Amino acid sequence: MSGKHDLVLSVNGRDYAVQVEPRRTLVDAIREDCGLTGTHIGCEHGVCGACTVLVDGAPVRSCLMFAVQAAGKAIRTVEGLATGDELSVLQRAFMEHHGLQCGFCTPGFLMLVTGVLEREPDIGDEELIDVLASNLCRCTGYQNIIKAVRAAAQELRTK
Amino acid sequence: MAQPKQKFVGRSVLRLEDRPLLTGAGRFAADISFPGQLHMRVVRSAHAHARILAVHTADAAALPGVHAIWTAADVAHIPPIDFRLTKLVGLEPYRQRALATDRLRYVGEPVAAVFAESAYVAEDAAELVQVEVEELAPVLDALQEPQAFADGLRSEPAVVRKGFGDVDAAFRKAHTVVELDLTVGRHSGVPMETRGLIARHDRTRDVLELYGAAKVPHWNRAQIARMLGRALESVQLYEGHVGGGFGVRGELYPEDLLVCAAALKLARPVKWIEDRREHLLATNHSRQQSHRVRAAVDADGRILAIDDEFFTDQGAYLRTHAATVTDLTAAMLPGPYRVPAYRAVGHVRLTNKTPCGTYRAPGRFESTFVRERLVDAIATRLDIDPIELRRRNLITAAEMPYLRTLGTLGTEIELDSGDYAGLLDKTMAHLDWPALQRRLAQRRAADELVGAGLVMFVEKTGLGPRDLARVSVDGDGAVEVVTGAASVGQGVETVIAQICADALGVDYAGIRVVHGQTDRIAFGMGAFASRVTVMTGEATRIAAAKVRARAVEVAAELLQAPPDLLDVVDGRVVRTDAPEGPSISLGEIARTLAASPDGGLCAESWFQTDHMNYPYGVHAAVVAIDRGTGAVTVECYLVAYDIGKAVNPMLVEGQLVGGVLQGLGGSLYEEFRYDERGEPLCVTFADYLLPTAREAPPVDVLISEDAPSPLNPLGLKGAGEGGASAVGAAVAAAIDAALGMPGAVTALPVTPRKMREILRQETL
Repeated sequence: MSGKHDLVLSVNGRDYAVQVEPRRTLVDAIREDCGLTGTHIGCEHGVCGACTVLVDGAPVRSCLMFAVQAAGKAIRTVEGLATGDELSVLQRAFMEHHGLQCGFCTPGFLMLVTGVLEREPDIGDEELIDVLASNLCRCTGYQNIIKAVRAAAQELRTK
Repeated sequence: MAQPKQKFVGRSVLRLEDRPLLTGAGRFAADISFPGQLHMRVVRSAHAHARILAVHTADAAALPGVHAIWTAADVAHIPPIDFRLTKLVGLEPYRQRALATDRLRYVGEPVAAVFAESAYVAEDAAELVQVEVEELAPVLDALQEPQAFADGLRSEPAVVRKGFGDVDAAFRKAHTVVELDLTVGRHSGVPMETRGLIARHDRTRDVLELYGAAKVPHWNRAQIARMLGRALESVQLYEGHVGGGFGVRGELYPEDLLVCAAALKLARPVKWIEDRREHLLATNHSRQQSHRVRAAVDADGRILAIDDEFFTDQGAYLRTHAATVTDLTAAMLPGPYRVPAYRAVGHVRLTNKTPCGTYRAPGRFESTFVRERLVDAIATRLDIDPIELRRRNLITAAEMPYLRTLGTLGTEIELDSGDYAGLLDKTMAHLDWPALQRRLAQRRAADELVGAGLVMFVEKTGLGPRDLARVSVDGDGAVEVVTGAASVGQGVETVIAQICADALGVDYAGIRVVHGQTDRIAFGMGAFASRVTVMTGEATRIAAAKVRARAVEVAAELLQAPPDLLDVVDGRVVRTDAPEGPSISLGEIARTLAASPDGGLCAESWFQTDHMNYPYGVHAAVVAIDRGTGAVTVECYLVAYDIGKAVNPMLVEGQLVGGVLQGLGGSLYEEFRYDERGEPLCVTFADYLLPTAREAPPVDVLISEDAPSPLNPLGLKGAGEGGASAVGAAVAAAIDAALGMPGAVTALPVTPRKMREILRQETL
């Protein structure tokens, strides 16, 4: 608990020198030490997925990882998805298909799906549902999230 | 002046809210921080019922980084939290204080508050606070005889009685009496964002600021000012993004008072972010009720009377909603049917569990389950097709408006408009009900447990009594609408912008809609009871129409044209007889008015109404049951909903589908369970099961606009709750059908364990 570690977190291609206790979670470090509050905390026990970020390309629940474990790894968060003002294909699909209401769970879903579609661009519709079932949304009933993700997957495949 | 055209109202335009939320630029409660802030951690009761002997804080206070620790004595000057709705006589002694004084009444009740330099240290310190108690026997069943709550007070603060007609005479002459015992489990809204509050005292201006407000900022502002002995103008509440509300978020809770009082006393900003375990223990629960209901019917199945006695398990205290859920249950139970005589007796009973409030469709989810189960039971008893039985009892379009002679929320229930049978016809055709039933019968013949249920309901939306909106155009032509509404993620900015855009004659996309800021507008009712589109929408429309009229009046002079030949199109006043001719922008008009006594191109308007309006709908579910596991799969779901007039059909559909899934949660998965000592068993998402994408059925939505509300010019009714209202009833009917056991479902949620119990009865 005592003593802080100096480490460098690489988030969205930028390095952040931070000083953290060993017990500090990655999500707290991203939000409080790097100032990137787009990653949200929904349960802090690894079920809801609101805090999902990509670590070396894989979706990770940043509430279940310590910041010190992420040193030297490439972290990506929702702030890194758009290119300037241009939304990513997935972000745009969420808007066009009304895949968000309150928007609290949205960054987690965006990172989860971004990671999965990069690794498995040809993932089937049923497998996608299994992937989406790893995060929770309380507003949409998932229907429009599923529509948005299928549309984005389709568009990315034909790109 | 030309009549405004509907260019945006009625269209599924994209949301104005989305871009910041999609790019990580949202500003939720936890995203707000101030230099020098302290972090609060609440020490909560570990006992369902106990007498406090001592609270030991020395060890915790000794921890480096701990700034202060408060117990009840530190907040003794703060009165208990008052009621916002359904304040009946005699309820005051049952209110909750900011910190428990001598008794602990539920696991999770705030006992002490730690203020520290970091959230981690505050949590460490909270674990070192020791609460010494003498345990008392808990009350955990609302059906148990009321106990002593305090000296001279019983644990039944109120009994709500409603009714009309001669119920006893109806039962005496009844052909048949059908009687049921039904229960609805304890579940709640559980938004993905937990509660969060940041209070800050700006000593320069002597203003107490509270961030993280939601739902009812103006009401909370007035309460906080009163309770802390401050002038109203010295307290301001600010709503940022809100990660879901569903009735529970934004009510005034003990933590709101603690952070405010601490920011004043400790002279530092104070931040509190609820964690998920706390949320499941401390934020309002809802729904739990037991009903003993009976119906008197004639030989044709026509309802002669309904008599319902029910018990609401209210939890440990009466919070801001007082008796609201019980009252709404009693008021809304008759639903879409002609009920000549009616009696409801609703007991509000306290137990040693988390206190309850409203959750999306309060009183309707419960009463729709009860009423529709009852109607299905009548159909079974008299061997009449359940849909035909409903038809015989529906109030007809010709009978509208239909006075229920019941009241709730300070209004008289008058069903304003509706063609219930018409919507039923549309739904049956849309589903091709006979063909669906044939397919299901074939599958049952092949030994599958599948079935369909169809139920009906009436919603209530657009609660008044009033709302205020201010529309202004600046010198650059930018339009701002300032409202007293609140946004909990439902799309308020888009819908209000659509209404303003049409009434004013501008594009919706450039309109800035302000909500939830008490320093921007003096009055606001907030977001509850599916009221914003109706109430704030209509206030906005009137204000925008005034601005448009003023712009045309000024333009008539400037353009030397008769006003009746002028129209406002895309932000410019143009001649209808010469659209390509001279025109003038709203910005230019605003500039010419800048020095005028009325303060520019702007207008403020109230909308008042004494009545709610009443959308209605049909829910239908198809379920399949796994004999081995008892799991119920909802294969598909339909909501037919008459909304009067949909401002944005895409958002209406989103509200309905989201509501359905929450309803399914309470029908099949979600339940706050307690052990025999009152220890809560569901304090993580591993135990309190929210539905995921895997459980989400395809939901078909049929929006109809057959019955515009006569109570506002656009005919609007609300959309927020009709997706949830009838899910329990529909799923129960579908399970009965799948099992071929009418009346099998008497309790929600139908978890796999309960389903296996029902399956065992089937094989007996």
